[in-house]
Amino acid sequence: MKIAIQGANMTIIDAILNDFFWRALLGGLGVALIAGPLGCFVVWRRMAYFGDTLAHSALLGIALSFLISVPLNLGVITTSVILAIALMLFSRNKTLATDTLLGILAHSALAIGLVALSFMPNVRIDLTGLLFGDLLAMNRNDLLWIYGGAALILTLLTVLWRGLLMSTIHEELARVEGVPVERLRLLLMLMFALVIAVAMKMVGVLLITALLIIPAATARRLASTPEQMAAMAVVFGFIAVAGGLSMSWHLDTPAGPSVVVTAFVTFLVVYGGAGRLSTRRSA
Amino acid sequence: MSDALVAIENLTVRFGDRPVVDRVNLSLYRGDIITIIGPNGAGKTTLIKAILGIQAATSGRIIRKKNLVIGYVPQHLSLESTLPLSVRRFMLLSGRPLAECESALVRTGVSHLLDASVHHLSGGEQQRLLLARALARKPDLLVLDEPAQGVDINGQAALYDLIRQLRDELNCGVIMISHDLHLVMAATDKVICLNQHVCCSGYPADISHDPAFIETFGRPVAEALAVYHHHHNHSHDLHGNVVDSDHSSPAISHGGSHEDSHTGCQHDHH
Repeated sequence: MKIAIQGANMTIIDAILNDFFWRALLGGLGVALIAGPLGCFVVWRRMAYFGDTLAHSALLGIALSFLISVPLNLGVITTSVILAIALMLFSRNKTLATDTLLGILAHSALAIGLVALSFMPNVRIDLTGLLFGDLLAMNRNDLLWIYGGAALILTLLTVLWRGLLMSTIHEELARVEGVPVERLRLLLMLMFALVIAVAMKMVGVLLITALLIIPAATARRLASTPEQMAAMAVVFGFIAVAGGLSMSWHLDTPAGPSVVVTAFVTFLVVYGGAGRLSTRRSA
Repeated sequence: MSDALVAIENLTVRFGDRPVVDRVNLSLYRGDIITIIGPNGAGKTTLIKAILGIQAATSGRIIRKKNLVIGYVPQHLSLESTLPLSVRRFMLLSGRPLAECESALVRTGVSHLLDASVHHLSGGEQQRLLLARALARKPDLLVLDEPAQGVDINGQAALYDLIRQLRDELNCGVIMISHDLHLVMAATDKVICLNQHVCCSGYPADISHDPAFIETFGRPVAEALAVYHHHHNHSHDLHGNVVDSDHSSPAISHGGSHEDSHTGCQHDHH
């Protein structure tokens, strides 16, 4: 009996995992789970452009992965991590403004990636899929990456939450109170690198930042503590993924952009609605 | 000297070639209130950042007492508007239990704001919140960077009064930067006039007579603080170098003494 139930469960899970739509939904929800809280830090620390830069470098990571034949996810994570560390080192030298530096690195990484790919004529890759996402092509291996990454990131965020939040609120105060600010910044960047690597398949390198920022910004309108904002960002992320996939299914639109469009519509609705309800929450 | 909370020995901090803090000596004990005054760019903030341990020294030493708990009150809390934060949540981020956070808020007079958003606080309320945050940590040393900024004139006097009371209650040391000369002079125990180097230091009554003080802040300020009465103990040449100094002891404990390493002084002498 027990075996039968287990068998039945297995069949249901198998059925779900065998269906591309359900795989896409599961993967999308997994990404939203980590994009919510991490997106809050992107918004709080004004790192939107930084996220873009890491995302653009992902394409370079893919090219390099093909070049030295390593798994794509690994190549992307490694490139993002190297770029994140390079950025940290460069930004200590204050000759160039951070946004200038990010602009240089973001577009150079993207361009070098595209050029490098053109030198590999035997490699057939779906460039549109890389740039704008190919959510419906998500396989079981991708799901493994997403949920493994999600487990790791959520654990890290829970453990490091107070320190991360303190160093976001007031870096010097945090430092005086013994928070290892630099180490946390590096860890946060590594988490960004990881989330970009796993989310790339879903929305593509050009739209990843949207998935980080829009749900977090939407949540800001309704939240009164940082924790509420992170939780609400997850919920808005879920709504964007579920809504976007339905839209893609019914209207035959590309999945990644549909997710971002849904997130944007939610943002407009929340800001419009909340604006009508109360005008006092101006901060 | 071993019971000093912080002992600074010959501290120099350079940004590039420019010495921002130049050979400063300073000891701070429990019960001390030391106020750092000085013109813009005098290195006041850099000095306290060095004391806090968030600014590396180019040379010299800073010796902190073992397990020293520092309560830091920064100039302001420039909170990103995208970050929702209530007073309660901000206080709890200190890692102290709610009861202690609440009593610290009561002590600084802002306990009624427990559920308010930090974004909606006035300048004075924000300063009192930051003070409560420092207080909740039960500090041995309280470091304040212009605590009365953005506070109205009555509030300023009350705030300095509160800092004195807290010093008595906690038996902690206090070091702060202030521009509120009239209030500082009335309220603080020791004053350091910083202009990269320690221009002069001592008790308010003595320091207002000090020529270095008058040079830095101008005669009107000094005259407003005390009846102007002094004779020069040294002069500056056209480059601002000391040509004749009586080389009195630089130690802060000697009231009204004049720092002997005076070569970097930028103020001109009349």
